[in-house]
Amino acid sequence: MTTTAPSSAAAQPATSSAPLLEVTDVQKWFPGRSKGLLSRTGNPVKAVDGVSFTVHEGETLGLVGESGCGKSTTGRVVSKLIEPTGGAIRFQGRDISGLSRRAMRPLRREVQMIFQDPYSSLNPRQTIGTIVGTPFRIQGQKPEGGVKKAVQGLMERVGLNPEHYNRYPHEFSGGQRQRIGIARALALRPKLIVCDEPVSALDVSVQAQVVNLLEDLQSEFGLAYVFIAHDLSVVRHISDRVAVMYLGKIMEITDRDSLYESPMHPYTHALLSAVPIPDPAVESRRERILLTGDLPSPSSPPSGCVFHTRCPKYRTELSDSQREHCRTTQPVLEEKRPGHQVYCHFPQVRTDLIDGQPGPVRTTGPKTA
Amino acid sequence: MIRFILGRFAGMILVLFIVSVVTFGIFQIGPIFANASPVFYYIGKAPATPQLVAALEHRYGFDQPIPVQYFNFIGGIFGKSITDGVSQTVQCPFPCFGYSFRQNELVSVLIGRAIPVSVSIIVGAAVLWLVGGVAVGTASALRPGTFIDRAGMTGALAAVSLPIFFTGPVLLLIFVYGLGWLPTIQYASLLDDPLRWLQSVILPWIALAFLFAALYARLTRSNMLETMGEDYIRTARAKGLDRRTVIVKHGLRAALTPIVTIFGIDVGTLIGTTVITESVFNLRGLGYLSIQAVTQQDLPIILGVTIVAALGLVIANFVVDVLYAFIDPRVAV
Amino acid sequence: MSTAQPVTVRPPLSGEPFLSVEDLKVHFPTDDGLVKSVDGLTFSVRPGEIVGIVGESGSGKSVTAQAILGLHKGSRAQVSGHIWLGGRDLVAATENEMRQVRGDDVAMIFQDPLSSLHPFYSVGDQIAEAYRVHNKVSAKDARTRTVEMLEKVGIPNASSRYDDSPHQFSGGMRQRAMIAMALICKPRLLIADEPTTALDVTVQAQILELIKELRDELDSAVILITHDLGVVAETCDQVVVMYGGQCVEKGPVDQLFDQPEMPYTWGLLGSMPRMDRVRATRLLPIAGSPPSLINVPKGCVFNPRCRYSDRVEGRKCFTVHPALEPSTPEHEVRCHIPPAERQQILLTEIRPNL
Repeated sequence: MTTTAPSSAAAQPATSSAPLLEVTDVQKWFPGRSKGLLSRTGNPVKAVDGVSFTVHEGETLGLVGESGCGKSTTGRVVSKLIEPTGGAIRFQGRDISGLSRRAMRPLRREVQMIFQDPYSSLNPRQTIGTIVGTPFRIQGQKPEGGVKKAVQGLMERVGLNPEHYNRYPHEFSGGQRQRIGIARALALRPKLIVCDEPVSALDVSVQAQVVNLLEDLQSEFGLAYVFIAHDLSVVRHISDRVAVMYLGKIMEITDRDSLYESPMHPYTHALLSAVPIPDPAVESRRERILLTGDLPSPSSPPSGCVFHTRCPKYRTELSDSQREHCRTTQPVLEEKRPGHQVYCHFPQVRTDLIDGQPGPVRTTGPKTA
Repeated sequence: MIRFILGRFAGMILVLFIVSVVTFGIFQIGPIFANASPVFYYIGKAPATPQLVAALEHRYGFDQPIPVQYFNFIGGIFGKSITDGVSQTVQCPFPCFGYSFRQNELVSVLIGRAIPVSVSIIVGAAVLWLVGGVAVGTASALRPGTFIDRAGMTGALAAVSLPIFFTGPVLLLIFVYGLGWLPTIQYASLLDDPLRWLQSVILPWIALAFLFAALYARLTRSNMLETMGEDYIRTARAKGLDRRTVIVKHGLRAALTPIVTIFGIDVGTLIGTTVITESVFNLRGLGYLSIQAVTQQDLPIILGVTIVAALGLVIANFVVDVLYAFIDPRVAV
Repeated sequence: MSTAQPVTVRPPLSGEPFLSVEDLKVHFPTDDGLVKSVDGLTFSVRPGEIVGIVGESGSGKSVTAQAILGLHKGSRAQVSGHIWLGGRDLVAATENEMRQVRGDDVAMIFQDPLSSLHPFYSVGDQIAEAYRVHNKVSAKDARTRTVEMLEKVGIPNASSRYDDSPHQFSGGMRQRAMIAMALICKPRLLIADEPTTALDVTVQAQILELIKELRDELDSAVILITHDLGVVAETCDQVVVMYGGQCVEKGPVDQLFDQPEMPYTWGLLGSMPRMDRVRATRLLPIAGSPPSLINVPKGCVFNPRCRYSDRVEGRKCFTVHPALEPSTPEHEVRCHIPPAERQQILLTEIRPNL
């Protein structure tokens, strides 16, 4: 599938400059399991199948979806930890999808990654000083005042005690470890950080600390984030634009407010309706759209619209001829409202999913008015 | 499942092929690089004249191209006629590993005589060490840090550090010469004289099992400790199962799975390598046969034993793989 | 706190509590010192009621659950206090007596359904096993009952999936199977320990829905342990907020979310980004990290992270351990700030930011 170029232009934010990252029709297929003794050709697992989006300087793109939707793989492809099977990744206008390891090296500085599990992504036998200082060494950079000073500066910036320079990862709590991961990613002053579920493993109170830190760093250093998470509340808080993924494809992509206040894709509807709101009064009046069945296998995705097998709208609202259309024709991710791209034959705006009342989300707290 | 088994079977054939090539390479071609005719390793000391060497090389096919030699070597296993040391033609049926000029006997006959002895020793010992090791290991794991645990593990450490050439003679000294509970060892076939058979193999079993049981006890203990901390053990307890069921059905089943692999390899490896045990207890098994062949430079026997040992190991591995797939449903499919 | 407090909570739901936990303490001796995982917890659950226990990691919520099932028996843990279950004290029960209770009167489901199921046995056999421990039935009857149960929890083609291994089930299906296993003996108390944490939101919604349905059908009492206040708001009738092994606030779910009074609860609510409000420019995290359970802070366990301890005269927060005291008949709070002032802070400083 190829996205038509003109429609994507409007889905971008107001900034007129060229995008920092432009991902066009990227695919990542993993070889399928062999079926027989000799044949090595099972169906490929289409983890990412034709994903296109852009990220501008200083912007946060949220990537949400359930496990197995391909959001993490997308993050890894974008940061070139793995090679895409097809499509183009342009960073600052230059296609980096086919670049060799060596040619990538200077660019590695610009794109960094933060992972979900802060513990398993830190070498337990290295001190914090070594871990955070590694990027300098790999890139052969000599910061002013020496590596140690630079590292301690970074530690201070992310809220760690610089005196803990010689400690090991196991001596830190989960939140602190995530700060170490952030400091390491920040060392070379990247332009883009791919954050893969950076706060999912943390307790709520600590999660808020890390989210705030990420936001502060963004405004201070003009960072762009690709923020991958399954928690829709956190994604809403941190993102400027949000893409919803399902079975390796983007279902819906638009700015944050449109996505949360007027979502158009039935899958987004189901996701939003499923997020519990910490307010029993709101909970009691909300509609829960329950999805049925399991996620289809990404090695043999359904025909037509990949979501039709679980689509509540397909099941209950559409006519037979409309269903036929969903089953046979693959929708295209296209603009259905200004700046709002949706992969659906029959999109529909819903505004009542979050607080159970039609219309925009309340603008004040419940009882202070 | 059938596909899985076939796959493993194909792998087994492949390994055997590689083993045969390597064995063939080392034993048939190796001597050439040492500037010696392989004939010497077949018939013994250098014959008088170079002409005789050449004639013998021709007779045994050493003058042919190497691939042809390999083909003859493999083909020979399925049966051929051989000229023996007294220049008489002998029929050598499958499995044919040639003729030992030193012992004036077909290698297959010699091996066929030795296999029951080795298998008797290994199987009995394996059962003993598996049961003993797992029992001690489990007991230790269920009460970590207690007296039982410490005693079990100290015993295991001691046993592992005692070699068979020590435990063997000690056992003989106590049970045969000291207490006189057993007659001097004289192997008899299980079918001919079961009692005599048992009397001859019981001490080797104990000596060998002692060494391995220690290893299995430690292995079982660490696996069991890990397994008892698994979430599914908590689930089993939360169902209200009694302790025995939790330990045996849920704990041991999972803890023993990796041990099955090691057990298979251990048993397979022992075929043809129980040299010390056989020597100490004066049993004529494969180990004894091969050590004798090595000292006499009796190449046909060495070749034969090597292939039989490799076959044993490969079959043991195959059985383990298939067994594993039945135990752990995640492996196959 | 005083011994064996009378239960002060009297919700509209009538009936005697099925489970009453009184001054429960679970301590673990370690090389570094005594870990006070649960330190004086009191709460109760009535039939048909869902009580949520919320807290962060290390707050003692899972240890509480395991103590109720007596899973610490035979370990080095020191358990004291009372766990009254239908007139019996489970703290004093022997392992053998507990075995009769587990899976029959009280059943439990766990966070990670994959690791909680035995990888070598079929899903169906594992469920049937739970049934056969407490019921003398033939293998065939157990199988029939298991298939029935699998159907009830929404597993399609239940009879053909009976022989599947856990790894052939999806995450949501595995948790449904765990629920089937827990409910097959119709327990009067179900303990769900983070049952949806490992699952996606859409699956979480299904599982919570299922737990509520089954509660209605069996009239079981349910303890739902979670770190997610959203899940509590969606599912529970009563809430117990735990911090550092203690209950710091408890009450009916509506009151607790509408009138939260303990600074820790405020902190939890402020930390969560909320989809139903205008996007806050900043989240309001709780400073610092959870307390060590070995060197529990003197005075109020929350004092190192509390922003309001200066509102209490005489450094009481740092010297005197506050008692859990009723603020309304049903709502109890462990805090030294005088109730009137708490209301004031809530109105002027907390609620506008939530």
